[in-house]
Amino acid sequence: MAKFNKKKGGELPAISTASLPDIVFMLLFFFMVATVMRENTLMIKNSLPYADQVEKLDKKDLVMYIYAGKPSDAYKQYGTEAKIQLNDKFADIGDIAAFIAQERASKREELIPFLTTALKVDQEANMGLIGDIKQELRKVNALKINYTTRKGNVFDKH
Amino acid sequence: MAKRAAPEVNAGSMADIAFLLLIFFLVTTTIETDTGINRKLPPIEDSQEDVIIKQKNIFTVLLNGKDQLLVEDELMELKNIRKAAVEFLDNGGDGTCNYCRGRKDPTSSDNPDKAIISLKNERETSYKMYISVQNELVAAYNELRNRRAQALYGQSFIEMQANYDNVNWVGNKDKLKEQLDEIKLEYPQKLSEVQ
Repeated sequence: MAKFNKKKGGELPAISTASLPDIVFMLLFFFMVATVMRENTLMIKNSLPYADQVEKLDKKDLVMYIYAGKPSDAYKQYGTEAKIQLNDKFADIGDIAAFIAQERASKREELIPFLTTALKVDQEANMGLIGDIKQELRKVNALKINYTTRKGNVFDKH
Repeated sequence: MAKRAAPEVNAGSMADIAFLLLIFFLVTTTIETDTGINRKLPPIEDSQEDVIIKQKNIFTVLLNGKDQLLVEDELMELKNIRKAAVEFLDNGGDGTCNYCRGRKDPTSSDNPDKAIISLKNERETSYKMYISVQNELVAAYNELRNRRAQALYGQSFIEMQANYDNVNWVGNKDKLKEQLDEIKLEYPQKLSEVQ
C-alpha cells in the first residue's frame, strides 16, 4: 500500500521546453522573410529633417522616390557635394525627366495624375539642389511633391 | 577502452540565442518613413501675366544662406514665425472676414483669402532650415483651421482630416468632406515660393 501511494503522489513531470527553440526560430525566420528591405540601396547619407505638421503618404505604389544627399562613406570617390540618387545609382539633374517618364510608363494610365514625388533629402543638403529638382519636376508636370520628414519637433536639437 | 555514451549537449540555451537573434532583427529593421509635408508645385505657364497684389497682403519670408530669417523686413527667430504668420493671416483688415479674431490692422492683410505668404530662399539655405520654416508656416494655417473647426463642429481640423483618411471611421464622409472643404476655403493655404 505504501508503495502504491508513493507512486500516485509523484511530482508533475516538467513540461519539455525542447521545442521552444524551434518555435522561436520559426518566428525569427518569419521576421527575416517578411521584412521588406529598402527598395533602393542608399549610396548617400540620408538623415531626414524633422517636422510635426506631417501628413501620411498612402498608396505606396503611387510614389516615386528621389533621394539626395552627400555620398556616404563607401562612395567617397564621388566627392562630398550633395548628389541625387535615382533607383540604385547617382544621377544628374537632367536624368530626372527620364526617370519620371519611366515611372509613369510603368503605371496604369488612369493612375498617373495621382503620382506623388517624394523627396527624401538629407537635412544638410542645400536648397540650390532642391530648387533644381523642383524646377525639373515642374518641366515634366509632376507637380505633387512630398518632402519626406521624420516626425519630431523642429526646435529640438537632433 | 570502454565504450562511453557521448554526453548530451545542453540545448536549453538555444532558445535564448534564437531570441537574441529575433530581437536583433526586430530592432535593426528600419521601417521606411512615409510621412512628410505635401506641397504642390506651380505649373509652368507661358503667359507672364502680372497679377497685382497689394503689398500689405503679402507676408514675405526670406531665408538667407546663413539660415537667418527675415520676416517682413525684420530679423526673426524661427520660434516666433508661427505667431507672426497667424497674426498676419487672421488680421481681417477690411472687415469682410467675420470669423477672424485678428487686430483688424489696416496696414496688414485684408482677409485670409487675400493673404499670401511668400517664401524665398537662397541656394545656400540648408534643407533642414527650409523644412523647419515650411513646417511652421503650415502649422500657422493648421492652427487657424483647428480653431475654426473647433468653433463650427466641436473638433479640430486635424482630427477631422484623420477621420476622413481613416478607412474604419464610421460616419458620413461626404458631409465631412464638405465641412473640410469649407474650412479650407475660409483659410486657404496660399503659400508661394519665389524662384
